[in-house]
This record gives sequence, structure tokens and C-alpha cells, in this order.
Amino acid sequence: MGAQLRVYKRRIRSVTATKKITKAMEMISASRIVKAQRAVAASTPYADELTRAVTAVATRSNAKHPLTTENPNATRAAVLLITADRGLAGGYSTNAIKQSLAISAKLREEGKEVVTYIVGRKGVGYYGFRNLAVANSWTGFSDKPTYGDAKAVAADLIEAFTAETGGVDELHLVSTEFVSMLTQTAVDARLLPLKLDEVELSDKSPAKNEIFPLYDFEPSAEGVLDALLPRYVESRIYNALLQSAASEHAARRRAMKSATDNAGELIKSLTRLANSARQAEITQEISEIVGGANALADASAGSE
Amino acid sequence: MAELHVELVAADRKVWSGAATIVVARTASGDTGIMPGHTPVLSVLETGPVTIRTADQGTIVAAVHGGFISFADNKLSILAEIAELADEIDVARAERALDNARTEADAHAARRAEVRLIAAGGLKAHH
Repeated sequence: MGAQLRVYKRRIRSVTATKKITKAMEMISASRIVKAQRAVAASTPYADELTRAVTAVATRSNAKHPLTTENPNATRAAVLLITADRGLAGGYSTNAIKQSLAISAKLREEGKEVVTYIVGRKGVGYYGFRNLAVANSWTGFSDKPTYGDAKAVAADLIEAFTAETGGVDELHLVSTEFVSMLTQTAVDARLLPLKLDEVELSDKSPAKNEIFPLYDFEPSAEGVLDALLPRYVESRIYNALLQSAASEHAARRRAMKSATDNAGELIKSLTRLANSARQAEITQEISEIVGGANALADASAGSE
Repeated sequence: MAELHVELVAADRKVWSGAATIVVARTASGDTGIMPGHTPVLSVLETGPVTIRTADQGTIVAAVHGGFISFADNKLSILAEIAELADEIDVARAERALDNARTEADAHAARRAEVRLIAAGGLKAHH
């Protein structure tokens, strides 16, 4: 076998191995999207009931709560960015990071200091490499978040928000919304202070449009609000984590599908090249034999 | 007999839903029983067992940690960060957790484990 042919054969083998890996990753992601979507669906009854309850308390009572009161001279804003722990998911993490940089720039223009919190190793890596300050980060659960994870993240943010001094006045959330298998969009939303007009149920209808019965609040409207608002923030963060996880799997599936397709194309063109290299070798061998035979024939004809 | 519709929902799943005649839950101001036709109420729950007397005379006990109940239009929603039905509770694990919590003097963890055991024991008492 000629040198050229051997090189092609080796490259075909290596691309075939890569293709097997990307194909496996594609299929794993495809099965995890379904699970992640199911987790999103399983968390909506809780989120919806909680949203209704929060809206009911906030509209029925005149309770002033630090989590719903807007600070007119806000100076510090926290941004929570949700990214992936692992790469090979196309533009998934990059899009979320870009969105967070854009919202940070906007907040700075409004004269606010931005405090960044990050979920996911990719975001931590991006900010770390550029020496950007990060207040706190969490990693290790981006592809399968639990309610406990959301609670841990929310606890830190609520503490920063309610701190007497050195706290933040606003809390923004940057995550990736799972629109469909093919579309995932990086979105930002202001979690706190809570704007009642923007509170939505899972089907995107504003919660405020519902008519609530005249509840008796126990122990009191303020007490209920005190207990509910942190739960509401946790549930919003939990939902964002789940949506982002579904988006991550969908993005990875798409990226791996195109990698598998490209590997297939590459194998096809390399096989063509290897075939023509083999044919060229055969042609050369034949012409060498024919040439040699002719030379022999000429030599023996001359001696007679 | 009048019935009310109950939804017991945890943060990550729907635990139970169905018709009931009375639901007893531990709120901040003590045990509250909700029967059909109760006035609309929204109250914060303590970590404690929730007992549901179902329309077909059965009893369901669940351990509920950190949540609230809202009742309106004969529909009762029990929301909790964590909710476990009595037959889902691993008694051995809860007992271990209780021992650990006692040695570490963690009152919250001890209370959680206790409630699990009460809920699981309550189920046995009815059988």
C-alpha cells in the first residue's frame, strides 16, 4: 500500500471513531431532553399555585414588603447567569453569557454597580479568564438541577437582597428559555423587586387578570407574604434552571447532530480520495509492468 | 356528604390529588381542619404531617416540609417544598437521620425526621 493511501485510510479510521462518539452524544442528549422537559412540566403545578398565591396576597393586602418595594435610588444590581457545566453544546453558553454582558452594560449605564452570580462551569470559566468579578458561583448540576440546588442559589441571592448594608437593590436573572426542540433563546428577567404586572403563569397569561377570593390570611397578610416571597424566588430560579437544562440538552443534540453529519461527509470525501489514490497506484503499477515488458521485448528483438 | 378537591403538590411533582371530606394540617397557629365550604384561607404551614380523609373513607398521611395551604371554591391546594406520602417514607432512613440530627443538635433536621416517622407511623396505626 502506497504512502498516500495509508494516510487516507488512517484519517478515515479516526473520523469514523469521532463520528461514533458524536452520534452517541447526540442520542444521549435526545433522551435527556425528554426527561428535562418532563421535569419542567412536573414543576409547573407548584409554580402556578405559588404565583397565584403571591399575586392574591399582594393584590388583596396593602402589605409593604422589602421584596416588592422599589428602591428609587438603586445603586447595586445582582445578575444571576445560568450556563452549562460542559461544552460541546454549540452556542448555548455563549448566548447566555452575551445576554448577561448586555444586561450588565445596560445596568451600568443606568449608574448601577453590577454584582454577578454564576451557575455552570462555562460561565465561571469565561468570567475567570477575563478577570471579571464574580460574587458567588455554583457548579455541578447544570444538566440535572434539583429543587435543593435552586434553594441554595436563591438563599444567597435573597440574603444579598435583604442585607441591611452592602446588599443589592435589584435582582436580574439570565437564563435560556426552551421554546422548542430547535429554538432556545437567552432571556433576562427582573426577579426582584417583584413587579406584579409582570407576574405570569406558565401559559404566559398575566396572573393579575384572575379574580381572587377574599382570603383569610394566617398568621397575617405580612406573615404569609414573608413566607411566600422567598419560595416564589426559589421556584422562579428552579424553573429557570430546569428550562436551561432542557435547552442545554437540545443545543447539545443539535451541535452533535451537525458534527455527526459533517463527519459522515468527511468520510465520504476521504473515501473518494482514497479510491482514486488506490486506482492511481494500480495504474502506475500496470504502466511500470507494461513498460518493463516492452523494454525486455525491445532488448531481445535487438539481439536476434 | 360534601367533598372538597385536594391537590398536594411538591416543588418538583404532583404528589396526590383527589376528593376528600376533611384535611388536617399544622399551620403556624396550630392544627387546622379544612372541611367543604370553609371560608377562603391562605395560611403558612409548619413542618408537620398532613392528614387527608378521602371521600372513599380512606386516610392519606403525608410529611410536609415548608409550605402553605390555600382554600377557595371548595378546592384546597397544599404546596410544599418537600412532600412525601406515608408509604413512600423510608422508616429506617428517617430513624438514622433522626439519630444524626440529635447527635449534631440540629433541631430542624430532627423535626423533619420526626415528622416523617409520625407520618409513616400514622399510616400503620390506620391499617
